Amino acid sequence: MLKIHDVSLTFNEDTPDEKKALQGINLELKKGEFVTVIGSNGAGKSTLMNVISGSLIPDVGDVLIDDKNVVHLPEYKRSKMIGRVFQDPMAGTAPSMTIEENLAMAYARDKKRRLVPGVNKKRKDYFREYLETLNLGLEDRLNAKVGLLSGGERQALSLLMATFTEPNILLLDEHTAALDPSRAELITKITADVVSKFDLTTLMVTHNMQQALDLGNRLFMMDKGQIIFDIKGEEKQNLTIKDLLDEFQRIRGKQIESDKAVLG
Amino acid sequence: MLISLFGAFESGVIYAIMALGVYLSFRVLDFPDLTVDGSFVTGAGITGMLIVNGMSPIMATLIGAFAGFIAGCITGILHTKGRINALLSGILMMIALYSINIRFMGQPTVSMLNETTLFSQIESFWSSGIDSVLNSMFIGAERVPTTWAIFIIMGIVTIAIKFLLDFFLKTEIGLAIRATGDNQKMIRSLSANTNFLIIIGIGLSNGLVALSGALVAQHGGFANLNMGIGMIVIGLASVIIGEALFGKKTIARVTLAVIGGAIIYRVVITLALRVDFLEPSDLKLITAVLVIAALVTPKALQARREKKRRLAKRAALMNQRGSEASA
Repeated sequence: MLKIHDVSLTFNEDTPDEKKALQGINLELKKGEFVTVIGSNGAGKSTLMNVISGSLIPDVGDVLIDDKNVVHLPEYKRSKMIGRVFQDPMAGTAPSMTIEENLAMAYARDKKRRLVPGVNKKRKDYFREYLETLNLGLEDRLNAKVGLLSGGERQALSLLMATFTEPNILLLDEHTAALDPSRAELITKITADVVSKFDLTTLMVTHNMQQALDLGNRLFMMDKGQIIFDIKGEEKQNLTIKDLLDEFQRIRGKQIESDKAVLG
Repeated sequence: MLISLFGAFESGVIYAIMALGVYLSFRVLDFPDLTVDGSFVTGAGITGMLIVNGMSPIMATLIGAFAGFIAGCITGILHTKGRINALLSGILMMIALYSINIRFMGQPTVSMLNETTLFSQIESFWSSGIDSVLNSMFIGAERVPTTWAIFIIMGIVTIAIKFLLDFFLKTEIGLAIRATGDNQKMIRSLSANTNFLIIIGIGLSNGLVALSGALVAQHGGFANLNMGIGMIVIGLASVIIGEALFGKKTIARVTLAVIGGAIIYRVVITLALRVDFLEPSDLKLITAVLVIAALVTPKALQARREKKRRLAKRAALMNQRGSEASA
């Protein structure tokens, strides 16, 4: 479903601010795999997301979706295949437009936009049906401007908009980080529900290790632009936070040792 | 007085088309587009030249509008493909159009006084019976409008454009254009080509502006190189006054408000010019003051209402505490 070959990206090359954001990333996701991605700030998690979505173009390497190389497709063309939810609840919706209009725009994502009304009776029923699955009462507020919704409601709506056209890839970039704990939990639950409902191939960045363990069936740990740890299946189910921290120490610690050896 | 107010309504409905164009760029796309000052003249000049050279007025008007559409598209291309700041790309196009307009017109002023224009055609179709019925409503007026044809026909045209615009902004493409002005990152992640939408949107906006210019020129009987100066501010004035007075809850409401704003602007200018100490050259100053007033007043009123509400709440609370203490 999603393949990434030897993708590298360096910011500000050959200057003192040079930053190797991604270093030779290789990965392959099968249909329906749900990967949680953890790693410290600057590890390259968001850069990886942006390279997949097309907001950033890698220096070298290929991105394949359904065996089609999309690395030179502009973001707006790729997004027919990719659903995204951003960290900022304000980023995923248009505030001055109504809930039904926002949904209509998401509905048109994988189709050609035409000069026909974006909202009609049939679509309204369809939107209402989907909104009901959120249990937030948004189905009764189709004509409310999205700017009036709370952050949690907006994020739930963004999630629905990103998923209900059943994209090939779903990218979630710390989409619960800006919410209070109870809202974050709600969004996490909705995420698990929709991903399993549509069997979506998903990459989710999170700083919450518990969330990374609870959700999904595969886990990446990133550091310094590399995927340093990749675990799936039963092994992942049995993982604990302590295991993760130990693993990080073990991999990076070894490297620090070897660095010492080189420097020494 | 009646005649000049009638004139204000008449030109108000024609300028309203320009104001709808400004609404599309300034409000919907959030793109302060100064091309307007140039494309208004482009519409007027090209239409004028074509009419003088014997083309049918309706064709000439449509071609003038189309020229404005092209000019707007170029501004859009400068901004999106050339990555030039929105304000600057509009200014560059405006200044370029000044020269282009002279080239089209061949001279600074094109007179159409003895030509067949859209309006002389309308008037010849019009039955004067309707005029006498309508004029009979103004009992006691010394002088009555010579014809209602232009006001009524242009009113219908402007309202039709309003409904078309309302419809367009609710289509799938229209929704994407609105979202481009609201949250570009989001609509790009929903597979919309924002560059294309901006180019089309600014093109349509300037097409409306040029259409209005073509009609204003035929209404006045001439196209002049300088008739577009300050047009963007007049457009903004109409949008802002309209929104302040008639509200902006839905798209249909705002577009109606913009038309209302354009008419009210003309009325205010007409009334202001009847004041003895004001000269016609004060027009631009009056416009500026009007826009400032329309921008500041609603906010000031809102702040006062809020303050009143807070004071009332505080007073109520104090009273309650007072009565509790005495009890």
